[in-house]
Amino acid sequence: MIEVKNLSKSFSTAQVLKKVNVIFEKGKTNLIIGQSGSGKTVLLKSIVGLHEVDEGKIVYDNVVFNELNFKEKKEMRKQIGMLFQGGALFDSATVEENVMYPLDMFTEMTKSQKRDRANECLKRVNIINANNLYPAEISGGMKKRVAIARAIALNPKYLFCDEPNSGLDPQTAIVIDDLIKEITEEYNMTTIVNTHDMNSVMEIGDKVVFIYKGEKWWEGSKDEIFETNNEELNKFIFASSLSQEIRKLKGNI
Amino acid sequence: MGLFYHIGRYFILLFRVFAKPEKFSIYYRETLKEVQKLGINSMGIVVIISVFMGAVITIQTAYNTENPLLPTYLIGLGTRDSMILEFSSTIVALILAGKIGSNIASEIGTMRVTEQIDALEIMGVNSASYLILPKILASVFFAPLLCIFSMFVGITGGWLAGISVGVVTTENYVYGIQYAFIPFYITYSLIKIIVFAFLITTISAYHGYYATGGSLEVGRSSTKAVVHSSIFILLFNLILTQLLLS
Repeated sequence: MIEVKNLSKSFSTAQVLKKVNVIFEKGKTNLIIGQSGSGKTVLLKSIVGLHEVDEGKIVYDNVVFNELNFKEKKEMRKQIGMLFQGGALFDSATVEENVMYPLDMFTEMTKSQKRDRANECLKRVNIINANNLYPAEISGGMKKRVAIARAIALNPKYLFCDEPNSGLDPQTAIVIDDLIKEITEEYNMTTIVNTHDMNSVMEIGDKVVFIYKGEKWWEGSKDEIFETNNEELNKFIFASSLSQEIRKLKGNI
Repeated sequence: MGLFYHIGRYFILLFRVFAKPEKFSIYYRETLKEVQKLGINSMGIVVIISVFMGAVITIQTAYNTENPLLPTYLIGLGTRDSMILEFSSTIVALILAGKIGSNIASEIGTMRVTEQIDALEIMGVNSASYLILPKILASVFFAPLLCIFSMFVGITGGWLAGISVGVVTTENYVYGIQYAFIPFYITYSLIKIIVFAFLITTISAYHGYYATGGSLEVGRSSTKAVVHSSIFILLFNLILTQLLLS
């Protein structure tokens, strides 16, 4: 479980996050949704420690992450996996080397053990016969899957995904969504997904947090999202959904 | 932003770079890769430039010493001292600033803007140390070899040009390069190139590491890396010459 308490973050004079309070539950796929510029990426990056927060606490299973020193944070980060928007695979390394990288860095496994684990992770994300290819030689969807394989290589307790479907066709997006959900349940992880894709909300959203202008505007389940009277959320759902069914449901807006 | 801001941030980055590596074997492997990339791959350009510079220095010295009272072995001496004292350290460093400086800044800058550095940080890797330390070690280790190589090739180029044009005989040229030789000049040159290699690598890495935005900014950081490295090479050339030769 990850708990965010009174989190505020600003860049120069622009306050991006304003006293955000939210709990992300273990074993569930927690979604942060919101318009571009609403602060959801800053929230995600603050939670993983890529941004120093101005005030507030980020608590990972009773450990206040943002109060840890550099060395303690480094240890904690070994329990964190992250899927970046563009995959963030290392260009100069092959698919297999990318997945083996955290194993190389943080384990004392033999080379064959590392290779076996990498292949196991790649197989889990349905990447076969691509071990020796470089990131530039594979498709966007494959890059995302390799990045997921790399993120789960060390069996993390926490998984963060920043816009996992951006730049993907709808079919591949569903594959990635399903994969994230399956892996979350399989490894019993706390997963936080940052998205503005309503299809993802419908597919995998166990818990949904709506961020609007840097504030937590709404939270609930994907079923509750259709019963809310929250005007901004309803506008967001209507505008971001291509599904006619959802548009009909929200057609009165 | 102010000069002091950049100086402060540069030293903070260096502090992170020289932290204890996560795993020595990986850093060793990366250092060897960088030796290949930054050092061995630079030998070609160093050879070409050194040969031609040695040749030009020889011919210029010959034309400037066309006096029956001046012995022709001075041509060898002039070429030797020019190569050792200035060309093989300072000029080679300026060339390397263009070649490896832009390479380092663009490589690290691209990693920054494509979130690869964030990915390293998330894994718990000290990205500054992992990306920059092997480059520093490789360049500081290999630059003196390039410098010595440049001296040898440049002096040989001078000899080839001298005998081809007929301004000096082999005997006089060889006598000249041995005449009044001060071994400390080699030490002086090696000290300079080690300092320059450190400056090129760290300044370029600094610009790449703090690149923001997209490809345009990566290009800008690469240009800044070359310009700032060159300026600091010239500045430190002056400081080190005053300290070591005065």
